[in-house]
Amino acid sequence: MHKDMSINVEYLTRVEGHGNIVVNVREGRLEECRLDIIESPRFFEGMLRGRPVFEAPHISSRICGICSCGHTLASIQAAEDALGVTPTEQTIKLRRLMLNYEILDSHILHIYILAVPDLAGAKSVIPMIETHNKAVRRALRMKKEVNNACDILTGRHVHPITAIIGGFTKLPRTGDLKTMHNLLTGLRGDTEATLELVSTFNFPVFERETEYVSLVSDGPDYPLLSGDLGSSEGIRMNKKDYRSMTNEFIVPHSSAKHTKLSRDAYAVGALSRFNMNYDKLHPLAKKTAERLGIRPRCTNPYLNTVAQLVEWAHCLEESISIIEELMRSGVDYSQELVVGVNEQKKIPVRKGSGVGAVEVPRGTLYHNYDIDENGVIVDANCIIPTNQNLHNIEHDMEKLVPEIMDKSQDEITLALEMLVRAYDPCISCSTHILKVSFVNS
Amino acid sequence: MKKPKVAFFDFTCCEGCQLQVANLGEELLDLLGVIDVVEFREVMSEKWEGDFDVAIVEGSITDAHGAERIKKIRERCKVLIAYGSCATIGGVNGMKNGFDLGEIGKYVYGSSYHFFPTEETRPVHDVVKVDYFVNGCPIYLPEFKEVLKAALQGIPYHVPDYAVCVECRLNENVCMYEKGVSCLGPVTRGGCNSWCVNNGNICYGCRGMVSNPNQKGMKDVLTRYNVPLDQIMNKMGMYNRCREKK
Repeated sequence: MHKDMSINVEYLTRVEGHGNIVVNVREGRLEECRLDIIESPRFFEGMLRGRPVFEAPHISSRICGICSCGHTLASIQAAEDALGVTPTEQTIKLRRLMLNYEILDSHILHIYILAVPDLAGAKSVIPMIETHNKAVRRALRMKKEVNNACDILTGRHVHPITAIIGGFTKLPRTGDLKTMHNLLTGLRGDTEATLELVSTFNFPVFERETEYVSLVSDGPDYPLLSGDLGSSEGIRMNKKDYRSMTNEFIVPHSSAKHTKLSRDAYAVGALSRFNMNYDKLHPLAKKTAERLGIRPRCTNPYLNTVAQLVEWAHCLEESISIIEELMRSGVDYSQELVVGVNEQKKIPVRKGSGVGAVEVPRGTLYHNYDIDENGVIVDANCIIPTNQNLHNIEHDMEKLVPEIMDKSQDEITLALEMLVRAYDPCISCSTHILKVSFVNS
Repeated sequence: MKKPKVAFFDFTCCEGCQLQVANLGEELLDLLGVIDVVEFREVMSEKWEGDFDVAIVEGSITDAHGAERIKKIRERCKVLIAYGSCATIGGVNGMKNGFDLGEIGKYVYGSSYHFFPTEETRPVHDVVKVDYFVNGCPIYLPEFKEVLKAALQGIPYHVPDYAVCVECRLNENVCMYEKGVSCLGPVTRGGCNSWCVNNGNICYGCRGMVSNPNQKGMKDVLTRYNVPLDQIMNKMGMYNRCREKK
């Protein structure tokens, strides 16, 4: 039994961004559990002011390389909401495809490169090149092929080019649809192999009753691109009211903005969506869930990684269906747009406020812009999924540490690192989270 | 031959450039066959205390902590490569410099803004010596590979210093000005194979300005297509704000 213990994991590795875990135990009692964020602040919301809203998707994509498609889509949605632009059915289809690609890309990166090394007992993916060569090659191949498909649709996965306010600057040709279809159907075998690999892992056992938040809708689709905001405690509201959903607040001992809803904290991300919208998953994704032994409501945060694999199966199959629909219906190329920063006023501009709420790999992402009558941004606000999960992670740690206090410090450290990594935190994009530890002297 | 030790570091950025490296796919394993990656925080738990041959640095320097860290990295490496717009020209982080830093801090973080000390955004070479530059937001992988090869062999790499228009013409794109929208291609460094224009969008100037821009030619273009100069200057302010020194 440790009477005193201080764990300080500096520069938590294998998460995107810079984070520290701080745990202080004095005389067998947990005094403090924190996830410090030491990423340099970037001030995106401040910098967007004064820019034409038509530049916003390009600029805010640069908040995060991994979620650049998600930021682009949330930004476009907020801008279109403010401008009163209604996207065409074809545009919505292509945007759903784009979002699926991003979720596929991000989930495979997280599962293989960031989470699997812990489960396989490796320091990182680098030594696994020797010990698990086939799996590493598979991961890189899966990532590459999704990336290639996304390149075809958006010009580039990291900071997409073609997706703009109003639609797309370039639409996929018949050959492009075929190539994307081949790339995706070719991934079914690797998906199966991934499922087999993940089903051999023993995930840590830990449960905590949690409030789960995600988009919800009355439609038949698993809601990712649009919907209302919902929680597992029965709350449902329009995206316009996102501030009442997130309730950002400042923690007394830190300057990090955290969020809460009905409980002390809430979770967003793959596991939340899985718990909230299980019924709407593709049948093959449900089968994947069954084989992996995960059922809603699942309250083990370590299984977020498993929920990601279920979503991978869903997004893959849904993408294939969307492409097949497009192949059947044909693409209307008259919808290809040249907008620039709207210097020709092709898109009518008005004063207004708009909200975008999109499920990106790590959870619900909000963008909110107020624009003036010239379409220039006056106010901007972004709420990032990782930001919303931070408080929940700390509450998980507070419950977890006493449960595993009799283990060695190394084991506790690993359990905490794995917990944080399970949430797949993307700290680089959390424009609001940066914590100053000055109380813990 | 001993494999050169290579480390990846990131400063203020979106980490999209290291993601581009990950997008090499299985080719990444070939790369790992010739170099020894000793530190790469996003994908590795391992940390390296010693010196290394090549440091590959992403992101801008935006605070005192970052400035100290990059100086220490410079001391430990033989060759330093700055990659991505944030590292090479300040990139979108530079837009911050157009604001009063206290004001923008207050806007984003409210009354606790002073907990988030920030300085004017600087590209890496404004703080330490940089040996190789890979421009672009994000980096263009073929160029990254070329630069890395040059760095590992100790031979120079010359960043293309002609306008994006050169490559755009070779790609037979219809000029964006002809389509009625303004584009920064005429004054922006090429080397990206006119990536954005090939995909129907405009050039936003992410690779920085050519060292000797054809100002008269640009003015002629603006006159011919009736584009106000301040619109172009405003566009330049997205990636190239760090060119303006206070």
